[in-house]
Amino acid sequence: MSFLLLIEQVLNGLQFGIMLFLMAAGLTLIFGVMGLINLAHGSLYMIGAFCAAAVAAATGSFLLGLVAALAGAAAAGALVELVVIRRLYDKDHLDQVLATFALILIFSEGTRWVFGSFPLFLDVPDFLSGPVTLPGGIEYPLYRLALIVVGLLVALGLYLLISRTRLGIQIRAGENDREMIAALGIDIAKLYTIVFALGAALAGLAGALVGAIQSVQVGMGEPVLILAFVVIVIGGIGSIKGALVGAILVGLTDTLGGIFLPEALKLFLDPSTATSVGSSLASMAIYILMAAVLILRPAGLFGARA
Amino acid sequence: MKFTTMAATVALAIGITGAQAEPVKVGMITTLSGGGAGLGIDVRDGFMLAVKQAGNPDLEVIVEDDQRKPDIAVQLADKMVQSEKVDVLTGIIWSNLAMAVVPSVTAQGKFYLSPNAGPSALAGKGCHPNYFNVAWQNDNLHEAAGAYAKETGYKNSFILAPNYPAGKDALTGYKRFYGGDLAGEIYTKLGQTDYAAELAQIRASGADSVFFFLPGGMGISFLKQYADSGIDLPVVGPAFSFDQGILQAVGDAALGVKNTSQWNKDIDNEANKAFVEAFQAEYGRLPSLYASQGYDTANLLLSAMAKADVKDADAFRAALKEADFASTRGDFKFGPNHHPIQDIYVREVIKEGDVFTNKILAAALTDHADAYAGECSM
Amino acid sequence: MIRETYLNTLTLGLFVLIPAWALMADEPFTITLMTRAAIFAIAAIGLNIALGIGGLVSLGHAVFFGIGGYAMGILAYHAQTYTPVAEWPFLIDGTKSMPIIWLVAVIVSSLAAFVIGSLSLRTTGVYFIMITLAFGQMFFFFTISWAEYGGEDGLSIYLRNGFPGLNTLAPIQFYGLCLVILCLVLLFTWRLSKSPFGLALNAARQAPIRVETVGLDPTRLKLIAFVISGAITGLAGALFADLNRFVSPTMFSWQTSGEIMIFLILGGVGRLYGPVIGALAYVALEHWLGGLSDYWHIYLGILLLLIVLFGRGGLIGLASGRKVAHD
Repeated sequence: MSFLLLIEQVLNGLQFGIMLFLMAAGLTLIFGVMGLINLAHGSLYMIGAFCAAAVAAATGSFLLGLVAALAGAAAAGALVELVVIRRLYDKDHLDQVLATFALILIFSEGTRWVFGSFPLFLDVPDFLSGPVTLPGGIEYPLYRLALIVVGLLVALGLYLLISRTRLGIQIRAGENDREMIAALGIDIAKLYTIVFALGAALAGLAGALVGAIQSVQVGMGEPVLILAFVVIVIGGIGSIKGALVGAILVGLTDTLGGIFLPEALKLFLDPSTATSVGSSLASMAIYILMAAVLILRPAGLFGARA
Repeated sequence: MKFTTMAATVALAIGITGAQAEPVKVGMITTLSGGGAGLGIDVRDGFMLAVKQAGNPDLEVIVEDDQRKPDIAVQLADKMVQSEKVDVLTGIIWSNLAMAVVPSVTAQGKFYLSPNAGPSALAGKGCHPNYFNVAWQNDNLHEAAGAYAKETGYKNSFILAPNYPAGKDALTGYKRFYGGDLAGEIYTKLGQTDYAAELAQIRASGADSVFFFLPGGMGISFLKQYADSGIDLPVVGPAFSFDQGILQAVGDAALGVKNTSQWNKDIDNEANKAFVEAFQAEYGRLPSLYASQGYDTANLLLSAMAKADVKDADAFRAALKEADFASTRGDFKFGPNHHPIQDIYVREVIKEGDVFTNKILAAALTDHADAYAGECSM
Repeated sequence: MIRETYLNTLTLGLFVLIPAWALMADEPFTITLMTRAAIFAIAAIGLNIALGIGGLVSLGHAVFFGIGGYAMGILAYHAQTYTPVAEWPFLIDGTKSMPIIWLVAVIVSSLAAFVIGSLSLRTTGVYFIMITLAFGQMFFFFTISWAEYGGEDGLSIYLRNGFPGLNTLAPIQFYGLCLVILCLVLLFTWRLSKSPFGLALNAARQAPIRVETVGLDPTRLKLIAFVISGAITGLAGALFADLNRFVSPTMFSWQTSGEIMIFLILGGVGRLYGPVIGALAYVALEHWLGGLSDYWHIYLGILLLLIVLFGRGGLIGLASGRKVAHD
């Protein structure tokens, strides 16, 4: 395997990791501030993708589609928070798991009811389609480069939001001491709705961005949801920095594992067995990584509290 | 909804003359909810269209949703056999569900007509006199793709499929007829949606063509990313990633891709023309290959009902075996293991106005039977 | 408001009366549904020991359910094809005998529970939920690519396995067998929760530090509970595989873990009969709602949501008006 191919695969892993980060950031933010496990986060991702596909099909503009994804997911998030989620904050994790599992059922079948059973169409915009040649001669799809850039910008934006703005101060205060900031006259209910909508918008953005190169269909959110949970658990729940590191770790493990495990096994086994065993191991790799991290560091890499 | 899942009982007037003494009760178990619902809905709609056209009052159909879960499918099969006392079962889309249901219902003396899945186990050693496959054996379309690749002169294919039994069958089927070298062979994760790593390998491999079997959403993702990667190799695949339901979601990325299928809407025969027209009139969309399979399955059943009484299993089986119906595929007959012997075509994805669809280029394999018939003893 | 004891008696009564009616009315499918409910109840009772008494929120109990299923699948598959399961280090033949299959299912799932439990109990809270989920996913992906036993297609066993003196293919006889096991498991759980171990475990959930100061090791108590819990869910898995005469990786999926948890929460966590009532209600809902509409998942979702939001303590809590299980 050539060095250039290796670099390209590392880029692929990085890009996959950054997409996971967009999902994981919202999830970890919501857990950090409200202490809520939200299994329905994948549904918000799906809603983002469907909004983007519907609006892009109607207007012909991918960018308008992105705006619709952000707005649609944020609105759905705010609505769900007001109607259901806020009743769950003082319940235990078990009730939260069940209630948000119920939300998945409602969202998935509801989306199928509205949009039908067939996948929707959403394509990469013309100005981002096709490959570009990177230094060293790697041909790499422009859209995937754009995804990396958008993901990093979002990470930077979140960092600034949390460390530099008034809302960020409230979020950090909310993570540390809820009663205290309520006593200081901050409308905690409103803060929670805003944080939830923000997390939902991030998921919706990820759904729309990924939807352009994948299939926009019912049930697209669940596999990503599980991966996002793996990411935030590895990173330490509640930590945005942890989510970024965890996401990149998971992205690289998944991408490189799929390539190198079969190749490595070919040194000991015959090629077809190696391919098949290697592929099986590769699909288990990130879960093994997660279990290993938790066994060594029970609160994740950057987890403040268990 | 046109019919509820519970009791889509169809009993219309107008009788057809024939030997039917007893009514025939059919249990259809298919996927109508969740992610894979599109295929089941097509099979059901095709089947019900034929039933409606026949207007045979002696045919009663009960439709149930298996949610694509094997344990639900088994349970529904138990219900159909124990409570509804059906004579014939049909409808299952997925091979793993078929493996869970078919052996036990045929062992209980019921007939099973498969409108989609054709796992190799049921074509070879596990074949059964009461099991008829009206679609294809799973390997068939991949074999045709291999034959097409060989004929076109591809010498160095890169092949990939998901890491599960149907995926392995697909690559085996392709290799069986292809005969050239392989630039690479990859098993991807089932349900995988990002193919960046595989595309990089394809680009670096020096292949002259790509064969893939990635059903459903996996294929949509792969094709979009393939088109965007700038790799300019010809792609071949089975029809599953290019059927009418999926093509609109892939868009331009699929244009020009060659794929293999036993059916297309432009196959030139009366039955097919009538089917395509009636399907569009009834449901307002173009039929897919799954719909054609559902339609053929119902017509096969109706043809047997006209010849024999379902309670006389031997006579009914013989009537099914004759396959005396006007198939949308033109010539259609059963091999010794009750799997189709049929032509398989190469199609190309084209755009008709605003709609993406397929047109037939040539036959890839004619009168093709499956590779497992020899292992079947019945 | 009904007293919890009456409610429990009523539930057990339903498990006798409904199949009896079905037998009279010649509705064998109702018996199959009741068998399903009984088996789900056993699986959820298993989870209840870890979750209800021990406070261990495991989102990976599908592992044990699946192991039980595959114990049945692999043994029966080899018996069906007349091939040995293993020739080394000594010859192991397949079997079609239920008692042996159950024993294997219980032993293997306890071993798995011991390993998974020892590793997972290093974490707490949400991390525990997630690490158990991770183990579930590992098994799921492993079985999908385990070509020898059918991979994603799973294994079909053509005939139900045998139990001495019974015709297990007759729905009512197999149901009777499952009901007896359900009752035995209930009895066992009841004795367990009243035993010194059960009391200590309950205390370890509520006040681990106090338990430690009296010289007991809460982690060890929880590990034992997790192993017992896994063994019972494994037994249910073997029965479920025999009910369907089929096993597949779906048994290992995280949705299966979620469903087992739903039975428990629906009925009432920590209550002896919670899992039983929950499983019965779930099977009934699945059956009736599925008949109403293609989109029945929406109704199921709304119903679950209402129960979580307004019905603390599950169905038993609603009916008896007691929000907390009496310990």
